[in-house]
Amino acid sequence: MNAFIPIFSPKNFIKNEVKLFLIFLLFLLTIQINSQTKTIQVCTTCDVKTIKKAITLANDRDTIFVKKGIYKETKIYINKGIHLIGEDFPVIDAENKTDSVFAIKADNFSISGFKIKNVGMSYTKEIAGIFVSHSNNFVIKNNRMENVFYGFILQRTKYGLLSNNKIIGEFKTEATSGNGFHLWKCENMRIEKNIVSGMRDGIYLEFVTNSHISNNTSANNIRYGLHFMFSHKNEYHHNEFKKNGAGVAVMFSKFIKMHHNTFHYNWGTASYGLLLKEINDAEIVDNIFEQNTIGINIDGCNRINYKNNHFIRNGWALKFTGGCYTNIFEYNNFMHNAFDLSYNSRLNDNKFEANYWSEYNGYDIDKNGIGDIAHRPVKLFSYVVNKTPETLVLLRSLFVDIINFSEKVSPVFTPNNLKDNKPLMKPINPL
Amino acid sequence: MLKILKYSIFDLLRSRWSYVYFFFYLSLGFVLLFLNSDINKAIITLMNIIIVLTPLIGTIFGVMYYYNSKEFTELLLAQPIKRSKIFMGQYLGIALSLTLSLFIGLGIPFVFYGLFKSAAIFDFSLLILVGIFLNFIFVALAYNIALSTENKIKGFGYAILMWLFLAVIYDGFFMISLILFNAYPLDKFSLVATMFNPIDLSRILILLKLDISALLGYTGAVFKDFFGTAIGFIFSILILFLWVFIPVLRMKFKLKMKDF
Repeated sequence: MNAFIPIFSPKNFIKNEVKLFLIFLLFLLTIQINSQTKTIQVCTTCDVKTIKKAITLANDRDTIFVKKGIYKETKIYINKGIHLIGEDFPVIDAENKTDSVFAIKADNFSISGFKIKNVGMSYTKEIAGIFVSHSNNFVIKNNRMENVFYGFILQRTKYGLLSNNKIIGEFKTEATSGNGFHLWKCENMRIEKNIVSGMRDGIYLEFVTNSHISNNTSANNIRYGLHFMFSHKNEYHHNEFKKNGAGVAVMFSKFIKMHHNTFHYNWGTASYGLLLKEINDAEIVDNIFEQNTIGINIDGCNRINYKNNHFIRNGWALKFTGGCYTNIFEYNNFMHNAFDLSYNSRLNDNKFEANYWSEYNGYDIDKNGIGDIAHRPVKLFSYVVNKTPETLVLLRSLFVDIINFSEKVSPVFTPNNLKDNKPLMKPINPL
Repeated sequence: MLKILKYSIFDLLRSRWSYVYFFFYLSLGFVLLFLNSDINKAIITLMNIIIVLTPLIGTIFGVMYYYNSKEFTELLLAQPIKRSKIFMGQYLGIALSLTLSLFIGLGIPFVFYGLFKSAAIFDFSLLILVGIFLNFIFVALAYNIALSTENKIKGFGYAILMWLFLAVIYDGFFMISLILFNAYPLDKFSLVATMFNPIDLSRILILLKLDISALLGYTGAVFKDFFGTAIGFIFSILILFLWVFIPVLRMKFKLKMKDF
C-alpha cells in the first residue's frame, strides 16, 4: 500500500475508505480488550451459587444475572459499578436478621428484578432492603419487597432513578416500622411509578433537592404517605396518596411544585390530605383532594399559588393555622365540604378569587359566569368550632344553620375582607 | 282500642293532609335522587330535612287532630269505653298514619333508584327508623300539651314553642354552655346533653353512621366509642323508646285526672 496517495484522489477513494474502516475497527477492538465486560450467572445449580460470590468475581460494568430461587443472604456489599439483574424475581430472604440486604457504595450500578423479604427490625440501626450511600448515576427498578423494616435508604446520593418498585409492609406500630423510601441528603433523584403500602412513611425525604417524585402510589401507610422536610426545589406530580394514617406532610421547604396529585380517603381524627408547614413560594396546581378529614392544613405558609385544585367532600377543605400571608387561591373547586374554610385570625392577607363554591347561593344577572355578589367562605360555625372544638357535635343542627345565615348577612366574627369577589357559577373542569 | 285505632287511621287516610305529606316526601325523594343520583349524598340531605321537619309535622298534626276531633272524642267518652283506649287509639292512629306517609313516600323513590343494590341500605333504614321514632315522640308530646291546655290557641302556641325549643333553642344553650365551660372536660356532658333532646340524639346517631365522626375530633372519638358500639346503639334506641314511653305514660296519668 502506498502511503503517499493523496487522500482525495477519486481513483483511490474506495481503497482509502477501507483503510479508514480498518483503523476504526482496530480502535474498537482495543476498547473491547480493555473493558472486556462479562456476565455472571447465579443460580442454585450454577458454579456461582451466591450473589456475594458473584460480586467478588465481578468488575466494573459487568452484569450479574440471578436466576429464580431463594437466596438466604444479607450484607451484600456492592462497591463496583455492576448491573445486578434478577430473572423471574429471585427471592432474597433476610430471615429477619438485623442487617441490610444490599449495602451499596458505588457509581453507575443498577439493580432490578429482585424480591427482598423478611428484613429484621431494629431500634438502633437503620436497616433496609436496599441501602445506598455516597453513590451517583444508578438505577434501581422493578424490585419487590415484603415485610421489610425500611424499603430503601439512600444517603448522599445523586442522579439516581428508583422506578417501578413495590413495597408491601405489614401493619405494625409507628415505632416498630420503617419508611418505604427514606432519602437523606440526596440530589437530582427521580422516584417514579413505585407502589408503597403498609409502611410507616411511604416516601420520606429529608434534605433532598432538585428531585422529581412522580406517578407513585402510596397507600395505607401508618403515618404519612409522603413526608418531606427541608427539601427544596422538588417537584411532585401525578402521585396518588390514599388512606394513609395522617396523609401527606410537607414541612420547612421552599420552591416546591405539586401538581396533578390525588389525595384521598385520608380519613380519621388526625388525618390530612396535605399538611403544609412553613412552606414558601410553592405551586399547588391541578390536585384532587377528596374525602379527607382536612384537605389542606396550612400552617405558616407564604406566597403559595393554589390553582385548579378540586376539594371534594372533605371535612375541612382548607384549614389555616398560624400566620399565612400572600397566598393566592384561584380557580379552585370547593364542592360539598363540611367546611370550606377554617380561619384562625381576623386578619386576612390571602387572596381568594374566581373559585367555585358549591355553597355559593348568589346570582348572576349579566350571565357572565361570575356571581354578582361576593361569597364569604368562612362560616360562623367554623369560627366557633375553631375556638371550641367540642361544639362540633352540633354539626348540621338547625341552630347552626341559623347562626351561619345571620353571620353571612352581617359578618361580625369572621374577617371582613375574606371573601371571593368573583365566585364562579359553574365548577372548573369538573371531574 | 283497635277499633278506635282503625277508625282514626282511616279518618286520617281520608284526610287531605296525609296525602299532601305523603306526596311531599315522595317528590322530595325523587327530586333529591334526580339531582344527585348518589344515594349516600341524598341521605345526608334527607337527614337534614327529617330531623327538622318530622318533629314539626308530628307536633302540628298531633295538636290539630286532638282539637279537631275533640267533640267526637267527647261523644266516645260517653260510651262504655276506657278513656285510655280511646286516646291510645287516636295517638297510635296519628303516629302510624304519619309513619306510613314517611315510609312509603321516601321508600318508593329510593327503591326506584336502586336502594337494595346500594350499600346505603343500612343508613337509609336507620334514617327511616329515626324518622318513625321522631313521629311517635312528637305526636305524644303534642298530645300531652293538647290534653293539658283547654285553649286551642294556647295549645298550638305551646306545641310550636316545644318544637322550637328542641329543634333550635336547646342547641343554642348547648353551644353556649360548651363555649362557656370550655376549660372543663365536656365530652361526658355533651354525651348526656344529646340524650336529653331526641332531635340531637337522632342527628348524632345518623351522623356517626355516615362516618362524619372523624371530623368531631376528641369529642367525636368519645361519641364514636359510645354510639359506634352495639351497646351504645341499643342504649340510644332505648333512650328514644323512653322518649316515647314517658310522654305516653304522662298522657295516661293526665287522662285519669282530667275532667272532660
